[in-house]
Amino acid sequence: MGIVVSESIMTPVYVASDNIVNSMGLSTDEVIHCMESDSTGFRRYDDRSLTPSPLPLSLVNSELLETTFRSILAARHPEIIPGHFTRMEKMFIVSIHDALSKFPADTCGPETLLVISTTKGNIDLLEENKKDFIDPGRIYLWKMADFIGSFFGFANRPLVISNACISGVLALTMAERMIDTGRYKHIVVAGGDILSEFVISGFLSFQALSPQPCRPFDLSRDGLSLGEGCGTVILTSDPGIAAPIMISGSATSNDANHISGPSRTGEELAMAIGEAMKEAVTGAGDISFISAHGTATIYNDEMESKALGIAGLQEVPVNSFKGYWGHTLGAAGVIESIATIRSMKNNRLYRSAGFSEPGVPVPLNVIRKNADASVQNCLKIASGFGGCNAAIVFRKS
Amino acid sequence: MKEPYLITGWCIIRKDRIVRNDKVESVTENFVNFAAFIKALYKKETVSYPKFYKMDNLSKLGFLAAELLFKENTFLDRYDRKEIGIVIMNSSSSLDTDLAYNETIKDRSNYFPSPSVFVYTLPNILIGEICIRNKINGENAFLVSEKFDPERIIDGVELIMDKERAQACLCGWVEVLADRFEALLFFVGKENRLKEQGVQDGFVPFTSEHLVNFYENK
Repeated sequence: MGIVVSESIMTPVYVASDNIVNSMGLSTDEVIHCMESDSTGFRRYDDRSLTPSPLPLSLVNSELLETTFRSILAARHPEIIPGHFTRMEKMFIVSIHDALSKFPADTCGPETLLVISTTKGNIDLLEENKKDFIDPGRIYLWKMADFIGSFFGFANRPLVISNACISGVLALTMAERMIDTGRYKHIVVAGGDILSEFVISGFLSFQALSPQPCRPFDLSRDGLSLGEGCGTVILTSDPGIAAPIMISGSATSNDANHISGPSRTGEELAMAIGEAMKEAVTGAGDISFISAHGTATIYNDEMESKALGIAGLQEVPVNSFKGYWGHTLGAAGVIESIATIRSMKNNRLYRSAGFSEPGVPVPLNVIRKNADASVQNCLKIASGFGGCNAAIVFRKS
Repeated sequence: MKEPYLITGWCIIRKDRIVRNDKVESVTENFVNFAAFIKALYKKETVSYPKFYKMDNLSKLGFLAAELLFKENTFLDRYDRKEIGIVIMNSSSSLDTDLAYNETIKDRSNYFPSPSVFVYTLPNILIGEICIRNKINGENAFLVSEKFDPERIIDGVELIMDKERAQACLCGWVEVLADRFEALLFFVGKENRLKEQGVQDGFVPFTSEHLVNFYENK
């Protein structure tokens, strides 16, 4: 009589394809290339339609986005004019198109689902001058998702997840579980958010933004930097498409403490980390790298350091990718997971841009220089408004 | 066969009636607007939680639905707060508050973006409010769908409970846009756990058919 260990009967869920669209490029390769050459995606903007005062922002190059989008449109839907699409939809389409082009199986059948992760979707449709050729109904997140889904001919209605800054990690979590339980064979997870006056003014009102590009975990950190972008990951259980990276565990939790401030102790994030690692059958010593949420606000980074301390992970090399391209909100969990997956594939640890002096209560092993290393199991964590936390573990076979 | 999940408590708030655990109360006051409606309900139910007044409309509605559900229902206390999950869905996300916030930044000569409004431009803040009130620490997910979608609500709950990440879940549909609103919340538990406590009889199974029935007929 043996004990059935639930972990051992999990269906392997492979990460088969990916794309990043952000300030550093329109493909994962371009973004990684920029990180290798030590550059970041921030520029100082003084555009009054975006921000009332000059700010460093990480924006997608509009001309490049437009050119790339138009060539995709001409190939897939020459009958539609480009003016029918919002900036957000163009990013989603460019990102999903690139990921699909590198995925060998058909995705138009009933065994494929599109999952959209976003906090604000087409929020710029609230600006009155933006509605000329666009159905204003696509302010509804489900309607935007349906529009994107039908562009690619997905058979199922997309699933939309909007859970603040953990949206992206939660989308990967739910997608992994839906494949594991046999609901779908392939899931395309796309996370995206744009920067508009709506979001920037809100974070400014919170006094949460740094006047300089953000410095996660640094002693002098003084707030976050905002970014925009889109990330797409295609997950599959198809052994014929088996890729080296798998999702091996995931969990979420809630602080039940404050709607806009993180937990004082980090216990709740630590709880999610513990559950995800338990499912992944991974001990602290098996984790090669942690991609932290690392927003560079005083309290978030403090809380994360405490959570990693509780989980016994303070020695593990850690970075925050937000030092390169800012906080991309609903895209963050997906984009940062993709960068983590590239770390694993390339056996490279990327420095935490903006970090120089340790500045969190539990000392962490923050990566200072890009370096070769054996990168096997990795942890990605996220926390957000509403007290939500998420953790996901990736394994390399 | 998979262990059945059962609905151990529920609450519905609509413009014309409040229904909880099969008890129907008609709303007799004439409907003026959402703000007046929800304030009257808060007072009538003698909830004492000053933070309520700071919440946006979506949080007020979902928060009160949870209060009413748990008021006469002791099942919440049968679980460790870490083993309770929350899955909530709606159609318009936080659009009701997005529109309110947008008003504060539309006009350059009258520009007052407020952090206390901005924070509610995320729909999952409602889940945060319910978690704070009831000290719930389990898994959460906020989903957006055109219409009440029982299958995806059930999927969301099963993805948490089948994985043993929760033994019970609060789940349902909470939608507000201007004066159009409805809330249906269900508290769901696993049959085996309820059997252990000797209370498995008489509960409605947590199935798509039953959720549709609640939505259409209650």
